[in-house]
Amino acid sequence: MIIGKVIGNLHSTINHPFYDGKKILVVERIETDGKPAAGYLVALDRAGAGPGETVLILDEGNGARQVFESADGPVRSVIVGIVDEIATTPA
Amino acid sequence: MLIGKVIGTVVSTQVYEGLAGVPMLLVQPLTKEGVAKGEPIVCADGTRMAGPGETVYYEGGREAAMTLNPWFVPVDHAIVGIVDGVDAPNWKGGPT
Repeated sequence: MIIGKVIGNLHSTINHPFYDGKKILVVERIETDGKPAAGYLVALDRAGAGPGETVLILDEGNGARQVFESADGPVRSVIVGIVDEIATTPA
Repeated sequence: MLIGKVIGTVVSTQVYEGLAGVPMLLVQPLTKEGVAKGEPIVCADGTRMAGPGETVYYEGGREAAMTLNPWFVPVDHAIVGIVDGVDAPNWKGGPT
């Protein structure tokens, strides 16, 4: 899974039927210290996340489809948690 | 998924089974700010409604083929939806 920070909502009217009514968020990847890392993701939200929040993103298809109880949904990236705190120990 | 901008169409008449009639579009990947970055890619259009000039979001990998029907086709990038707008502070991509 990946840690990221939600930077905004993505609005879409015309989409694949699987995405009807689903919340789509743009998430930038971050380092463990919270600094922005290279790259971003467009992910579906299953945790009630919003802009500014640090989130846990699942980026794998089978698990993502399991979250939505779908056998054939074209989905890979799903926000599955909101991160309260990241604690690291020196290597 | 990532965000991209449709910059052209690709027409192919001799294709592998299952790909006949599937629109193929040339997509320029965008950054999270909506600025072009990287080499353009060819995406199958799962919405069948996207066209040049529009901002879209596309899926890569195995899931890309699942936007199509039949879905067991050789496709690695596919457009999933058309972006109306992004509510992000630094978004420069604009509405489509």
